[in-house]
Amino acid sequence: MAAVNPAIQPAHDIHGEHDHKPHGFLHRWLFTTNHKDIGTLYLVFSLTMFFIGGSMAMIIRAELFQPGMQLVQPEFFNEMTTMHALIMIFGAIMPAFVGLANWLIPMMIGAPDMALPRMNNWSFWILPFAFFLLISEIFMPGGGPQGGWTMYPPLALEGGYNVAFMIFSIHLMGISSIMGAINIIATILNMRAPGVDLLKMPVFVWSWLITAFLLIAVMPVLAGAVTMLLTDKYFGTSFFNAAGGGDPVMYQHIFWFFGHPEVYIMILPAFGIVSEIIPTFARKPLFGYQAMVYAIASIAFLSFIVWAHHMFTVGMPLGGELFFMYATMLIAVPTGVKVFNWVTTMWKGSLTFETPMLFAIAFVILFTIGGFSGVSLALVPADFQYQDTYFVVAHFHYVLVTGAAFAIMGATYYWLPKWSGNMYSEKWGKIHFWNSVIWVNVLFFPQHFLGLAGMPRRIPDYNVAFADFNMISSIGGFLFGASQLIFVGVIIHCVFFSKQRATSRVWEGARGLEWTLPSPAPYHSFTTPPVIDANSLAHGDVTH
Amino acid sequence: MIPSGVSHASAALARSPSSRRRVSSAFAPVLAVIALLASGVALANPEPWQLNLTPGVTSISQRIWNLHMLGFYVCLGIGAVVFGAMFIAMWKFRKSKGAVPEQWSHSTKLETVWTIVPILLLIILAWPATKLLIDMADTENADMTIKITGYQWKWRYEYVDYGNKNTGVNFISSLDAESNRTRQLGSGLDPAAVKDGDYQSYLLNVDKPLVVPVGVKIRFVLTADDVIHAWWVPSLGWKQDAIPGIINSTWTEIPTPGVYRGQCAELCGKDHAFMPIVVKAVPKAEFEQWLASEQAAEGINQAAATADTAAPAAPTTPPQG
Repeated sequence: MAAVNPAIQPAHDIHGEHDHKPHGFLHRWLFTTNHKDIGTLYLVFSLTMFFIGGSMAMIIRAELFQPGMQLVQPEFFNEMTTMHALIMIFGAIMPAFVGLANWLIPMMIGAPDMALPRMNNWSFWILPFAFFLLISEIFMPGGGPQGGWTMYPPLALEGGYNVAFMIFSIHLMGISSIMGAINIIATILNMRAPGVDLLKMPVFVWSWLITAFLLIAVMPVLAGAVTMLLTDKYFGTSFFNAAGGGDPVMYQHIFWFFGHPEVYIMILPAFGIVSEIIPTFARKPLFGYQAMVYAIASIAFLSFIVWAHHMFTVGMPLGGELFFMYATMLIAVPTGVKVFNWVTTMWKGSLTFETPMLFAIAFVILFTIGGFSGVSLALVPADFQYQDTYFVVAHFHYVLVTGAAFAIMGATYYWLPKWSGNMYSEKWGKIHFWNSVIWVNVLFFPQHFLGLAGMPRRIPDYNVAFADFNMISSIGGFLFGASQLIFVGVIIHCVFFSKQRATSRVWEGARGLEWTLPSPAPYHSFTTPPVIDANSLAHGDVTH
Repeated sequence: MIPSGVSHASAALARSPSSRRRVSSAFAPVLAVIALLASGVALANPEPWQLNLTPGVTSISQRIWNLHMLGFYVCLGIGAVVFGAMFIAMWKFRKSKGAVPEQWSHSTKLETVWTIVPILLLIILAWPATKLLIDMADTENADMTIKITGYQWKWRYEYVDYGNKNTGVNFISSLDAESNRTRQLGSGLDPAAVKDGDYQSYLLNVDKPLVVPVGVKIRFVLTADDVIHAWWVPSLGWKQDAIPGIINSTWTEIPTPGVYRGQCAELCGKDHAFMPIVVKAVPKAEFEQWLASEQAAEGINQAAATADTAAPAAPTTPPQG
């Protein structure tokens, strides 16, 4: 860490440029160990991947616009669904949350930087290479992986070169995630300013602490599963090959032992974000702070014992199906507590509806709708109908797009003034919000109907009975995709062109240490630990 | 090809207790919406603007539909309370209306209530789900056994046991030629023009359907030859994975003659969308006639088939390697 004389800190308010940033583009961005720069890198990377993955979704929706094959071959369609999922999960959602963690956790706990800054640099810079490997497969002979992001053998092993490339890129993503998680845990446990007790931390920090433990627990499991695929393909092993004494279903058990906690890795930080935004714009402390923390911890624990609900139709014994059904249904309880607490936080508050709040409210409503279909999916007999249909596609897009992605967008609007020092255009933020929230529902809501009517997922063509809702869904998809260009426009305008300076508090009701820093946050902040005023921490009453 | 004498719009309509009228696809979508939601009309096969799950034709599929609707109503109730509270809060407690924020942030009583109430609701859902699941798992005492094998991208059906005899009848069932022509990239053919009888059967029709008798408990044993597939006919209420090296078993008993369509439901490669399933349920006498003609056509010696009682004793719980 560059030593900065704490005495000059107050001057940052006025002379934001004199804060010892490295000079030169490469030096600044390639070699940076600064948590704010690395956070920015993660967020820009994530946004780029969001558009690459999104353009693949546009190809998918274009082919599904009407029955009959019009645009692409089925092989390419399968490539698009596979790559879309891998890029959105590992390239867009997860790096966005890590970027937010980098920017915010040190500022929220009064630390000068992340605990392991050089590792921080490395865990980011692995990612572009991992995704270069992954995306380059599209241009190789035989194309990219076509077996779905879940990579079930034996199908996934039918690929050509892409099997090895995909597995190595997943290894790299895993290394990056594990290092990021270690860094976050080390930061939160070791770098809190005196007085920031664990149960005084903002919920966002809590959500990331728990998420980081999930990452460390399950990313090695994914690495193990794909390594077994690799040896089955190239080294003659038969882990998943029945003819050699292996078991293709074992892969699914191992994969989903990773995969279900992974789902919560993508939603717990979103819970944290929403728990920051709602109290700010309700001007009222978060309801049931401790219950919120314990709910996140319970969800994280339960996430390890529900994996087989992704595979109710593989032919598990009755006892197994019952266990996984009950365990899955239990998740609704802590999740319900969170939703009820958010609503109660709004109750008798003094609400305003700036863009971050709009995204947070949309999150609560639409994520809950995703939760409802989740409860239905937990009921095994009903799941025998829903499994692998568009009902499932609608379910997980409600929790991942209107859940995780909306939380990330809300977070961007909420903290962008703190990061850039400028206010974004509220008018264009709201235009972005309303377009997103309307079109995302036009896009995904009809998919419930399609699934219930009997349309399987991962198909490029379908019976004419499914034509109407598919066309509506595609129109929603194109317009939702186009609406995200507004998002980029608002960000670029805010960072580079906005004339409206942000105050240090930015939002009237904002509490927490990051708002005690000037806007933009100086390059080096909290080089001496701040003096903690318990009332300005988290959101007020942290004793309950 | 399926004889057009069979009513495609499902004879189930007449028999299903909850269906009072037929909703034709010609009706305005809004009417269809209302009718579907209100009466749960039994659509055996996908129809335009269909909103809800089919209640199907078997007692199991009907119970699954009931469970599905129970789950839906529970969610609707919770949604009404939660979203209602949110909209009231957004309406009443606006800063622009001069709302002054309260500063309370805790209530043990409330938090206990909304931990306990969801648990009770979950028990209400779990109870019928458990009973139903136990019944679905009971593949014992089947009158006949059909072995289904998934291939890229077609199904093989073997009538391994009927009347305690291996019938010797087995055949491949794959996408019908008309759908197959139409589905080629840039074929220029209209999917809406592909019909089986008066049903628009694009990608939901096969060259040779699985013919089964009504009123008979049929055990299915499923496996696959190459990659994992899943056999799914919504009207029967379930799907089951067909996995190479593993034998799964499940069962159905169809009360009503009709044509019930489905598709492969597990990604199995490039033509995953193009391996449909058609089950044609016929009266028992007609089935036996059909079986005999199949045996004659394949030159199967009835006596030889009789001697072979080798319907494999399919395990009630599938083996997990």
